[in-house]
Amino acid sequence: MNRREFITTGGALIVSFSLPAFGQKLPGALDKEPMLDAWLRVGTEGITVFTGKAELGQGIKTALLQIAAEQLAVPMSSITLVTADTARTPNEGYTAGSNSMKDSGTAILHAAAQARELLIAQAAKQWGVAPDQVSAQAGEVRGPEGKRASYGALVQGDLLHVRAQPQSALGKARTVMGKAVQRVDIPAKVTGGAAYVHDLRLPDMLHARVVRPPSYGARLAALEAEPVSSMAGVVKIVRDGSFLAVVAAREWTAVQAMRALRSGAKWEEKAKLPRDIYATLPQLGSQDTVIAGADTTPPPSGRVIEAEYRRPYQIHGSIGPACAVARYENNSLTVWTHSQGVYPLRGALAELMAMPPERIHCVHMEGAGCYGHNAADDVAADAALIARQVPGKPVRVQWMREDEHAWEPFGPAMLGKVRAALDASGNVNSLQYDVWSNTHSSRPGKAGELAAAWSLAKPFEPSPPRPIPQPEGGGDRNAIPLYKFPSRVTHHFIPEMPLRVSALRALGAYTNVFAIESFMDELALAAKADPVEFRLRQIDDPRARDVIRLAAERFGWDKYQKQNGRGRGFAFARYKNLAAYCALAMEVNVEREAGDMRVLRVVAAVDSGEAVNPDGIRNQIEGGILQSVSWSSFEAVMYNDTRITSRDWGTYPILRFSHVPQSLEVHVIDRPGQPFLGTGEAAQGPAAGALANALAHATGVRVRELPFSPRRLRAVLSA
Amino acid sequence: MAKLDVNGRMHEVHADEGTPLLYVLREELALNAAKFGCGLGQCGACTVLADGEAIFSCITPISVVQGRKIRTVEGLGTAEKPGPMQQAFIEAQAAQCGYCIPGMMMRTQALLERKPGASEADIRAALQPHLCRCGTHMRIVRAAVRAAELMRGKS
Repeated sequence: MNRREFITTGGALIVSFSLPAFGQKLPGALDKEPMLDAWLRVGTEGITVFTGKAELGQGIKTALLQIAAEQLAVPMSSITLVTADTARTPNEGYTAGSNSMKDSGTAILHAAAQARELLIAQAAKQWGVAPDQVSAQAGEVRGPEGKRASYGALVQGDLLHVRAQPQSALGKARTVMGKAVQRVDIPAKVTGGAAYVHDLRLPDMLHARVVRPPSYGARLAALEAEPVSSMAGVVKIVRDGSFLAVVAAREWTAVQAMRALRSGAKWEEKAKLPRDIYATLPQLGSQDTVIAGADTTPPPSGRVIEAEYRRPYQIHGSIGPACAVARYENNSLTVWTHSQGVYPLRGALAELMAMPPERIHCVHMEGAGCYGHNAADDVAADAALIARQVPGKPVRVQWMREDEHAWEPFGPAMLGKVRAALDASGNVNSLQYDVWSNTHSSRPGKAGELAAAWSLAKPFEPSPPRPIPQPEGGGDRNAIPLYKFPSRVTHHFIPEMPLRVSALRALGAYTNVFAIESFMDELALAAKADPVEFRLRQIDDPRARDVIRLAAERFGWDKYQKQNGRGRGFAFARYKNLAAYCALAMEVNVEREAGDMRVLRVVAAVDSGEAVNPDGIRNQIEGGILQSVSWSSFEAVMYNDTRITSRDWGTYPILRFSHVPQSLEVHVIDRPGQPFLGTGEAAQGPAAGALANALAHATGVRVRELPFSPRRLRAVLSA
Repeated sequence: MAKLDVNGRMHEVHADEGTPLLYVLREELALNAAKFGCGLGQCGACTVLADGEAIFSCITPISVVQGRKIRTVEGLGTAEKPGPMQQAFIEAQAAQCGYCIPGMMMRTQALLERKPGASEADIRAALQPHLCRCGTHMRIVRAAVRAAELMRGKS
């Protein structure tokens, strides 16, 4: 029976499912891809669920499987999940912004629930009984008198090829959703399974390495290639303008050949990097937008307090340098990539390679954690360009550590200035915040966003940088305080980029929450108020109050006894002012002479809406906190007038186990039935704020420039 | 032609003897667990055991590990039958992206074979050469403590 027959034979429920619901917004990413069978297919061989989002180590596969399993009333193990793939899955843009649960999770929740109802209706119709006498359980539909049918047997023709409805009868049982189900990807990762694109081995695969220029815009002026082209095992030297790469049969040969090629390359360098970025940023010229309080907020007057906060360039710093495999044959290109956006990457590659997009197939495979827009897309472009020079052979390209450190797009340096006045009762009567930042997204979509494209004989220019608009914001993400006092906030968007920058986890929220939450403590101190009480009296949102109170209570905030050298700090934010709520308290110990700060313990509370996998949320929050402690304690990109000079983990140190807290608790507030809010970027801003506040409490010295490195702490604490 | 004893099996490998062990493990022997991270011995992602000692395979030429017993995560068990170290990391859900984890596991394995009663402080100290960028450190420590228990026969 096909869909038309359904409609003409007219089961009422089926017809209602088949009619498009124009004009009504559909849940999550169904609004962009409304066909149920784009998300879910049922065949005699089993159930397949499709997502346009990618596993980045955040556990999205497991959470999506939990959702689908719950709504379809099947075991998770009976579902095959297909992630981001331009030939198979919906186009969900980038896996970014903590949006995967909100977009894809919500879409699959409703698609699966609606598919279940269609299966029930189909069985009811076949059996001639009322749908309410039929139920879905244990992977089959059951009816009166022991009637049973498998999903596969019920799905005929176009049953699921229908447009989604705005509302669904969501299963509320929570037998799988809401449970700390073990991640499906971990067993392979801890047993040496092929888990990453790095592990892809195709027949006849070649290995390539790229000789990256020594600095931005450097031109390859001369090249002595001969010793390399005659090296045993070298297949080809690829040169296009200043794009230089070498292909070899074996990986180690490719590395050695790349090094030899590099020493035979002469470059003309022209980059001029700024000496003092914080003095430079406001002078570069900005597009200024008042994003809050334009008309309503009086300038602070009376007892005015002001401060300036600074955040340097920081790297994503994936532990595994970026990798891709590409194969070019018969005018078609296949790229296996850990890009966060296979469809946008395909578009960029199409422009780069002058190929129609439909001849390019991008398949997501996991990489090492990316934490935003790192070199994943760049290396995919490298692989594509190189693969075209050796048609028919798959080419695996991996960046070297120094490529990753020097060439990935950094998290932008930022500057925030805040002024506020307290009234007689110690409440804030007005606050003014100005933030200066470059863009926080130079993601591909265009060829000019791919590093290799700048070096080609016919180069592509980067697209003009653009701000990410409110309410999500880029540099101004979380720039508007969520507290109830009036705030006037101005985003000074700086198009000119002295260093290459793009999306680093939490974007501007990391800096803005660091600034605002540091300043809240400075105000609390001036008002002689307890920092937690000071926040609570200026915020009404009950969910915000819940996380603040829970974190404080579990930390033992009210019972805290300050010891010499130690201090406690608190901070809160709601990510993007519209997603997950996170509050946390931490205690640090500071050794003044060494400038050494260690976090002793952390207690966090998070509300991500309905918690599909509470342990997945805890894992993300723990990671967000420790990553932010690392950024905030150690990290700044180093550069001279021309070159990035922090090119390894020695010159760009990050958190090691010596500075890992003794304890870290995450308390999840579950809100069944509430929208999924996402989790991956909720903790970074609050962790930086709490760390700054704990440092100030421990030492009596307020440090407003990140990172709180031993060198900086020695300087400020001895002053 | 070099001979390498990897996970209890002898392999004849074609790479020349200056080749870092990591490339031979990954490319010739198709073992996935040891990872390229930095090529400098700064991150620990490539860590494997040679005669029970944790080494950075990215900077160790195969010439110096001939005749030594090399062990990788693949030698600790399988996804179907995980060994105690692997079981502990699964129980503790001690991974996000997981790229650094095999190196952490081998470092912990070396410690626990040498010192079965290792404390949490011992574990943290031993893991100092290892970087994790996802911030999974608390779980890694918990998994390592759990692995010590499992290896001592505690269920």
